Amino acid sequence: MNVYRLLAIATKEFRQLGRDRLTFGMVVMIPLVQLLLFGFAINTNVRNIPVGVTDLSETTAGRLIAATAEATGVVDITHHYPTPQQAQKAIAAGEVSAVLVLPNDLSNRLVRGDVVGQWMVDGSDSLVSSALLGLANMPLDQLIPEPSAERHISQPTFATSIFYNPERRTAVNIVPGLVGVILTMTMIMFTSAAIVRERERGNMELLITTPVRPMELMLGKIIPYVVIGFIQTAIILQLGHWVFDVPISGGIIALCVITLVFIGASLTLGLILSTIAKTQLQAMQMTIFVLLPSILLSGFMFPYQAMPVAAQWVAEALPATHYMRLIRAVVLRDADLGQLTFDLCWLAAFTVVGLIIASLRFKKRLD
Amino acid sequence: MPRETDEAAITAHNVTRRFGEFTAVDNVSLNIQRGCIYGFLGPNGSGKSTCIRTLCGLLEPSEGDVNVLGLEIPREAEALRLRIGYMTQKFSLYDDLSVQENLSFIGQIYGFNRRTVRSRSDELCDTYHLQPIRKQRVGSLSGGQKQRLALAAAVFHKPDLLFLDEPTSAVDPENRRHFWEKLFDLCDQGTTILVSSHYMDEAERCHRLAILNAGKLVAEGTPQQLMDDLGAQVVEVGGEHLRQVRQQLLDCPEVHSASQQGARLRVLVDNRVSDPAEFVRRSAELPDAELHLTHPSLEDVFVTVTTEASGQRNTGGSL
Repeated sequence: MNVYRLLAIATKEFRQLGRDRLTFGMVVMIPLVQLLLFGFAINTNVRNIPVGVTDLSETTAGRLIAATAEATGVVDITHHYPTPQQAQKAIAAGEVSAVLVLPNDLSNRLVRGDVVGQWMVDGSDSLVSSALLGLANMPLDQLIPEPSAERHISQPTFATSIFYNPERRTAVNIVPGLVGVILTMTMIMFTSAAIVRERERGNMELLITTPVRPMELMLGKIIPYVVIGFIQTAIILQLGHWVFDVPISGGIIALCVITLVFIGASLTLGLILSTIAKTQLQAMQMTIFVLLPSILLSGFMFPYQAMPVAAQWVAEALPATHYMRLIRAVVLRDADLGQLTFDLCWLAAFTVVGLIIASLRFKKRLD
Repeated sequence: MPRETDEAAITAHNVTRRFGEFTAVDNVSLNIQRGCIYGFLGPNGSGKSTCIRTLCGLLEPSEGDVNVLGLEIPREAEALRLRIGYMTQKFSLYDDLSVQENLSFIGQIYGFNRRTVRSRSDELCDTYHLQPIRKQRVGSLSGGQKQRLALAAAVFHKPDLLFLDEPTSAVDPENRRHFWEKLFDLCDQGTTILVSSHYMDEAERCHRLAILNAGKLVAEGTPQQLMDDLGAQVVEVGGEHLRQVRQQLLDCPEVHSASQQGARLRVLVDNRVSDPAEFVRRSAELPDAELHLTHPSLEDVFVTVTTEASGQRNTGGSL
């Protein structure tokens, strides 16, 4: 390994990158656009679900109950249906996600303390239906001036206190995760194209007649992207802090260390793909093959704990999964590096093994 | 550096290279002396590039032994890389870097320090007339400029042996002549040069030639030897209706080829025919046409050997 040669390759790569305006633009624009898009768009606290009301009682109490439900902010009453049958059809047609049916003996039920009505819910989106299920325990006590003897204010079994994100804002979870997704995407995409591009443009035939060693070529090619990875991380976290008020509790050193090992792991994964792909198009397709599970299985969108064991194994194999844990731990929970050794070591080992595989796969031959 | 004409730069014994079912190089043996310009002449797809790539260790021979500059290839290919320069058929430097940046990159890859890179770049830019375009991006250069840069990059580390794979295919005749001047300069300084081409005028400049056809070595020697040893005699026919005459002649088994060159028809007649001019006059029924015997050219050699080897007559137009 010759450091001088390594630097020559890295310098060349930096120059080319600086002159490729489209790629350079993507380095900045991808995190910017995706952060704003996902930060605002993704929200697991479902609000303003369009619902209908079928009030068979036609009483003041019925109107009050509907108004109270709307006041929670979870639902928006957009339709009124005269019969439950019509309401069901409206759900099937997708007009509304749920209908509140209030029976004609509503006043009696209120006095007896019975169930006062029924939510008919379209369960095709589980996030929407679980938000509506939350309405089942909506308190009505303020509706009734003199609480009846039978009705007592129920005491919750547990008291809960939520750490780190007490307002339960989704952005706090999404923004650090987005660092992982965007780094996975850009790092793998750029490096998987790196070797293939040289081969496609014919530069490789010259390079392999020089004394350059595979490891020098591999490392030299990834160094510029490490810098780019850090720039992107800085953009996302800083902007996330300003726009979405995402706290950055952890230390900058811990953040740099975990990001470095993850960038390393993603880049070597890209390099391995690069030694397999014959064209830039194939490299792109392979990138997507890795990217999709990295978004869906890494814990970025859905909790890792909720996945079946087999899916968890797949998730464990993805560098993004480990990084999701690491960055959320550091950014949100201010965890020490010492508490994160498993994921750190896993990513570091992945990088080293990956670099060796990529160098071994890269032959200085044309056959 | 003294010329070591008695020592072999490249020896190859019965080298064969297959790609799956296809045999690109078929049982080729070579002995190339140091200090000479050696040419590979052959039509497209005759195995010139494969042969060159096998000799510089980029491809492993399927069979046979290769020894280049005393190193056994492909086992010692890594050591060989420091001593050879290779100019690829397709331009292979970086379009988005400047002339100087490309040269610096190559210099650094070969492990020269900053000062050496600078001074050697100056030297090369002077020799190959790259000074005025030194800061220009390579993508915007002309074919001739790119080719001079490619040669400069290939000789940056002063290799003992230079491989040039169809170096002048994208260059006009004027630039081609200048390019060959540079090659002779390098040769004088002791560099052995192996160049492939399908241009006859380039082939004539080589000290020795190997003619390849369909992966086989079909002729080898100095251009003069090859022309002297031609197994056919050349008759030039003047007159009218040359297209018809040509068709008639091609029907005779003794005629190797007939190609029109302007107002003349160049006919290659087998050596076994004792009086070729009379033979042509009789065969083509040309009682009073202008006929005379002439000296064979390298193109005649090329046509003859590639025709013999493939066992069929060249019925195509002029080359």
